[in-house]
Amino acid sequence: MTTIEIIQIVLFFGLGIALTPPVGRFMYKVYTGEKTFLHPIFHPIEKVIYRLTGIDPNEEMTWLKYFWAVLMFATVGFVVDMAIFMTQQWLPLNPQKLPNCSWHLAFMQAWSFTCNADWQSYAGETTMSYFSQIFAIMVHQFLSGASGLAVLVAVGRALKRASVKSIGNFWADLTRGMLYFVMPLCVLWTIPLAWQGVPQTFKPYQTAQLMEPYTTQVQATDAKGNNVTTNIQLVLQAPKLDAKGQPVMTNGVAAMVDVPQVDAKGAPIMTNVPVMVDAKVETQPIPLGGVACFEAIKQLFTNGGGWYNVNSAHPFENPTPLTNFLELLAIIVVPMAQVYMFGLLVGNKKHAWTLFSVMLALFFLSFAGAWYFESQPNPVTGNALANMEGKEQRIGVMNSVLWGTSCTAIDNGSVNSMHDSYMPLAGMMPLWNILVGEMLFGGIGCGMYCMLFHVIITVFIAGLMIGRTPEYLGKKLDAWVATWAVIGVLIPNAACLLPTALAVEIPQGLSSMANNGPHGLTEVLYCFGEAANNNGSAFAGLNANTPFYNIGAGIVIWIGRFIPIISILAIVGRLASKKTVEASSGTLPTHGWTFGLTLAGVICIVAALTFFPALCLGPIVEHGLMLAGRMF
Amino acid sequence: MIKLINQSIRQTILWSVVAGVLYPVVMTIFAQVAFHNQANGSLVEKDGKIIGSALLAQQFQGTNYFWPRPSACSYGTGPSGIAASSGSNLGPTSGSLYTNVQNNIAAFISGNNLPTNTVVPADMVFASASGLDPHISPEAARLQISRVAASRGMSEDKIKALVDQFTEPPQWGFLGQARVNVLLLNVALDRAQAGTKKAETGAPSKG
Repeated sequence: MTTIEIIQIVLFFGLGIALTPPVGRFMYKVYTGEKTFLHPIFHPIEKVIYRLTGIDPNEEMTWLKYFWAVLMFATVGFVVDMAIFMTQQWLPLNPQKLPNCSWHLAFMQAWSFTCNADWQSYAGETTMSYFSQIFAIMVHQFLSGASGLAVLVAVGRALKRASVKSIGNFWADLTRGMLYFVMPLCVLWTIPLAWQGVPQTFKPYQTAQLMEPYTTQVQATDAKGNNVTTNIQLVLQAPKLDAKGQPVMTNGVAAMVDVPQVDAKGAPIMTNVPVMVDAKVETQPIPLGGVACFEAIKQLFTNGGGWYNVNSAHPFENPTPLTNFLELLAIIVVPMAQVYMFGLLVGNKKHAWTLFSVMLALFFLSFAGAWYFESQPNPVTGNALANMEGKEQRIGVMNSVLWGTSCTAIDNGSVNSMHDSYMPLAGMMPLWNILVGEMLFGGIGCGMYCMLFHVIITVFIAGLMIGRTPEYLGKKLDAWVATWAVIGVLIPNAACLLPTALAVEIPQGLSSMANNGPHGLTEVLYCFGEAANNNGSAFAGLNANTPFYNIGAGIVIWIGRFIPIISILAIVGRLASKKTVEASSGTLPTHGWTFGLTLAGVICIVAALTFFPALCLGPIVEHGLMLAGRMF
Repeated sequence: MIKLINQSIRQTILWSVVAGVLYPVVMTIFAQVAFHNQANGSLVEKDGKIIGSALLAQQFQGTNYFWPRPSACSYGTGPSGIAASSGSNLGPTSGSLYTNVQNNIAAFISGNNLPTNTVVPADMVFASASGLDPHISPEAARLQISRVAASRGMSEDKIKALVDQFTEPPQWGFLGQARVNVLLLNVALDRAQAGTKKAETGAPSKG
């Protein structure tokens, strides 16, 4: 813990909190149609957009129609995306001549980007053409973020209303958000990123002549292009063990011995091995693209799907400590502000600040925990060094962990370090943030309305304890509301755990794991956890580009996106149609310490009851084994 | 419902044009004009040839160059052309991680003729996240100075001065970590040595 690190942490949280009221108020003005400084330019454009797309912004929608609009819009996006991914080799802007994506990858990615999840089971620079990156991915990063925000706005608006059936117009919410807020903010963020070195070009990849060419081995091919193999006895290398069973070390390296493999009868086990020939490598490709403008929307609107395989760990996506800080700030600024906007929409700022504090406290605790555990030495590698495996020198351990917990508490899902290589309990913190439902600020829109499920459950439980009719923001809660709140929480959780259980039972699930032992289970749990909660980060060792994971995660992402949306809209649709009752002395206040602590308790208990067994089998047992020096 | 589908399609097309054409085109023109070098990948050229990007690590194994951090993706190169950026993704209890760590420590110590009890800096022991990390820690650079000096027949002071010149402190004094860009340092090394040789050959011979 150095002074510099403390300064960065204070600056990060401080700036995030300081920006919350102004940004939140600006969002409120945009969505309620009040005049902002952008009005003179954008108001005429807004009217043109309504005309071009056949929209009457004053047409009110019921909650069900609003849901259909959200779903239809995403479905159209899904169809377009899938079509682009599967035909990209024939489309323009493909200087690298990248081939079409497989149908299952296209299926998964199309839902992933239209549902604001941005989970990726491919490597960007070797899979996606410029056309796909821009039209199938970046455009839908904009639209999915703006859709989520529109739903939250409708929720806030509906809670303020009384005795009406309608909750607003989706198209108007979407258009206003995109035009006045999302697009200008992205332009603002692109500029410093481009200045610091993030590429912004659509020229083909450059090729550099290596200063030091090297020779490597590749598999020989015959005249027909088939791989040449030869049949030899299988020989495996194993660490040489001394009498006590400890590995023998020479010069600090574990001595290895060749062990020819024989079967039970003593006959040699034969295997086909490729014939290798030398190949000279003289060039390094430099993958380029419109990365800077892509990076802005990816970070600001909780998308997280990177241009390159390693996301913001790639020096082109995140070239300097300054870009790292700006991208970190971009993760939290809108999600924090949305809580304030919600407070303004429902006319109860005290309630919003209480929710804000609960989110901030739980988020900070996860960061502190992850930083502590990540700073501990690893007894398995047997040295007291900082764990720099899967981390970048310019970023360092603290900023990696801060990003890792931010992008999961906030449903962003971008990474600047490899979560798979975190220490077990440090890796559990991002996983925990995902499993509590990604609402410690959470995704754009979705984090806030997922938090409302827990708020409603808390109000219900508290009401039951003191024997009063539960009320929330002046509305009496009934069985319909409670039922939908529980659906909104439980279905995504089930959609995480059931596929995980299936994956560890069948070979299609097991064969993708990169690490053995409990770490493998953590990889799979993380995969479906983030799919169910629409995150995009990963324990990236898991090879998810297989039909099983692509189809499974694609379906889980859909469930994790639309079940909460229909649940919250059903709830607020019901509440909007009710009369508002004045708060009385019997009303349980939804602000202050008592409510905040109860809410935090409910959040932790719901997540712990659901996921504690799985976490025990994954990171917790791995931590114990690691302390015992066990490796896999 | 038909109306909703119609509106969805028209909205998708409209925003594809605004966010997919207008936005990237404007930003590209802006970046190409304002930050031309950065926007094109911060390329490093030598004798008119592109020899790399200042932001991407390259493999250096020769004793006359500084070595970058270990990479899990061969620094993005391969016989088939490109290799996707990647970390090792090995977990803390992985046996492969253990082997890699021991090998990296041994290779760094023996390669630089260091005492066997040297604590090798963590950045040289563990593979980077991207496999393309262009930087090493100042400590890791210092430990390589005497090997590079011996291999090139240059004075250690001269190389130490170069290392100091290419050591970047935390940005603005408080962001990130101190670091040394390996590719830029190596290019400067070559240039410094060429300069010295020219000076030697160009000097009038005495006697």
